[in-house]
Amino acid sequence: MSTRDLVLCALFAALLGGLGMAPPIPLGFLPVPVTAQTLGVMLAGTILGAKRGGIAALLFVLLVAAGLPLLAGGRGGIGVLLGPTGGFVLSWPVAAFVTGWLAERFATNANPIRLFAVSVLGGILVVYAGGIPWLWLVAGLPIEKAVFGSLAFVPGDLIKAGIAAVAAAGVRRAGILPIHA
Amino acid sequence: MLGLYLHRESVIHRLPAGAKLGGLLLVTAVVLTLPGAWGAAAAGLTGAAVLAAARLPAGRVLADLRAPVVMLTLLFGVQALLAGGGWEETAVAIARFAALILLATLVTLTTRVTDMVDLFERLFGLLRPVGVNPAKLALMLALTIRFIPLLGEQVREVRMAQRARGVERNIAALFVPLLVKILTMADDLTAALEARGYDPADSGSQATTNTSTQR
Repeated sequence: MSTRDLVLCALFAALLGGLGMAPPIPLGFLPVPVTAQTLGVMLAGTILGAKRGGIAALLFVLLVAAGLPLLAGGRGGIGVLLGPTGGFVLSWPVAAFVTGWLAERFATNANPIRLFAVSVLGGILVVYAGGIPWLWLVAGLPIEKAVFGSLAFVPGDLIKAGIAAVAAAGVRRAGILPIHA
Repeated sequence: MLGLYLHRESVIHRLPAGAKLGGLLLVTAVVLTLPGAWGAAAAGLTGAAVLAAARLPAGRVLADLRAPVVMLTLLFGVQALLAGGGWEETAVAIARFAALILLATLVTLTTRVTDMVDLFERLFGLLRPVGVNPAKLALMLALTIRFIPLLGEQVREVRMAQRARGVERNIAALFVPLLVKILTMADDLTAALEARGYDPADSGSQATTNTSTQR
């Protein structure tokens, strides 16, 4: 890793924290608030690629575990990560890595449709694949309830994937950072 | 930068971060193997003992538990009703998880972020044979801690600028400038690091001591 890679990972990890300072939108009937932070996970993947994106998200999760109140709503600490919704956060490094891996293979240009597809697969599917079994295992919520409960977040997540796609396409068009840098 | 750490003069606060994290893992394993109410009671007693020994304000700490307990009650309540698990089992399950979350929260409240970060650095050092470089990880963690307030400010600034121009609903207008700014910052910060003699190739044990004394 070059010095620039180190700095980029740190900056995107910090961006995840910065996005958490935007107030979360509570859905009332569900324990997971809608936040802009998964958008940061998608952006880390699509813009930095698999390795750097994954490391950026890992740095963020480590700092949450270390006790910084970086999750939306000023939450943090090991208690939150071990709690019922911890799986949705613990899956972020994998999600950013998968998003980046797919982006490096199928979305290297500024095509927003491809970037959207990549963000959905990596940033939504992987996060749910981590979060739903965790709800089931840790909270003992029946799997079909966990799936149905999580469906409420899909529209919001699709919007976030759309935002990530448009933003990543814009950055690609500006030609500032080719994904294989 | 402020963490969730709450300072007190206590035995628990003075324990090394590794001991606390190891203890938490151990207690969690014990609680999950002990049958039902015994696990809950053991974890609850441990939690109460640690809470008292750490001299933390019990009211404040227990108030933090309210949100997860409400959440767990909802989750297990649904389960008890639908699966017919019975309220005793449900109550035990809630108590077990509440106690574990309390213990984890106590570890967070009694351990400085820097101590926890140092511990992670040492733990990741064990992965050195597979190519993980703890010195680089430590530097990235330190940089991230420094950058978070900066990035929060950037997000707010760009949002306010867009609102002033009446384009806050145009998402590209919000995130593209933010990302371009971050990527430009990366170049400047890289130049700054290298100008101060940081060399990513030179990152053996010596670099590790350097970053930890600077922090």
